[in-house]
Amino acid sequence: MEMEAAKLIGAGLAAIGAGLAAIGVGNVFGSFLESALRNPGAADGQQGRLFIGFAAAELLGLLAFLVAVILIFVA
Amino acid sequence: MHQFTIEPMFGSENWELAGYNIAFTNSALWMAIAAIALWVFVIGGLKRQLVPGRWQMAVESFTTFIDDMLQANVGKAGRKYVPYIFSLFMFILFANLLGLVPLPLAMVGVHAFTFTSHFTITGILAIMSFAIVLVVGFWKHGLHFFSLFVPHGTPVVMIPLIFVIELFSFMMRPFSLGLRLFVAMMAGHVLLEILASFIIDSANAGAGWAVLIGTPSFFLMLAICALEILVAGIQAYVFALLTSLYLNDAENLH
Repeated sequence: MEMEAAKLIGAGLAAIGAGLAAIGVGNVFGSFLESALRNPGAADGQQGRLFIGFAAAELLGLLAFLVAVILIFVA
Repeated sequence: MHQFTIEPMFGSENWELAGYNIAFTNSALWMAIAAIALWVFVIGGLKRQLVPGRWQMAVESFTTFIDDMLQANVGKAGRKYVPYIFSLFMFILFANLLGLVPLPLAMVGVHAFTFTSHFTITGILAIMSFAIVLVVGFWKHGLHFFSLFVPHGTPVVMIPLIFVIELFSFMMRPFSLGLRLFVAMMAGHVLLEILASFIIDSANAGAGWAVLIGTPSFFLMLAICALEILVAGIQAYVFALLTSLYLNDAENLH
């Protein structure tokens, strides 16, 4: 396989990671909403933890994006 | 892509200091604009009236927001970091939001520049936060700060392994902190540019294509713009929140 083609295929495969991170972020907010509706009184106190979970899930998707960028523009 | 290029402005491309080029770039210009906008915003709210007006209320709600965040995450010792976290949060927030302003609608040929979409800037902000964590940690706890890398109750056999893993995750913090902001801002702006190019190219290809591709792209772009405003706020918040969590590690260990 040509080098250029392999790079582009790899960058495309990295997009799967971004999609999976989307599932992760959706999970974070979905689970938060689910439990927040069960106990609205405790919801506001957990917002910091919500965003920590969001940040951790999002970072992995951004890393996938970074892999794609590096494959296309740097490697 | 043109919107991310850093170029010298006002004929300053040959300015040098000790052999380094210190040209006044569009990035520096927008940093100055963000700083001045932030300065004007805060000065306008420093009225100390008993019944606050709208402007004072806006500034005070931001300061109480940061104050509450540090109170919740660091505790009483967090009060002294309010100025730093407030400046950090507001500077990133203003930078992200100013980068989204559609300036060409008002002034043809003038484009906003999102300097948070460059790793050099977000990296420096992250290194600043990380340096404060290191300085505070070693100042307060001395070499005892290293106990941060060995959680309580770790079996003795596991200590070398856990230490290495925790140290690695600790050293990754400034990297992940800067990376998150930079990639989130860059990805959003690239997405907007791609959607805009869909609209322009489909309009050039004929009326049928403009209706079929251009119209949905336009409405999607409006929605993504709203999402970008949300992301601008969330990323500034996440940066400030993670910095305060790391400060908590430095202040209170585990």
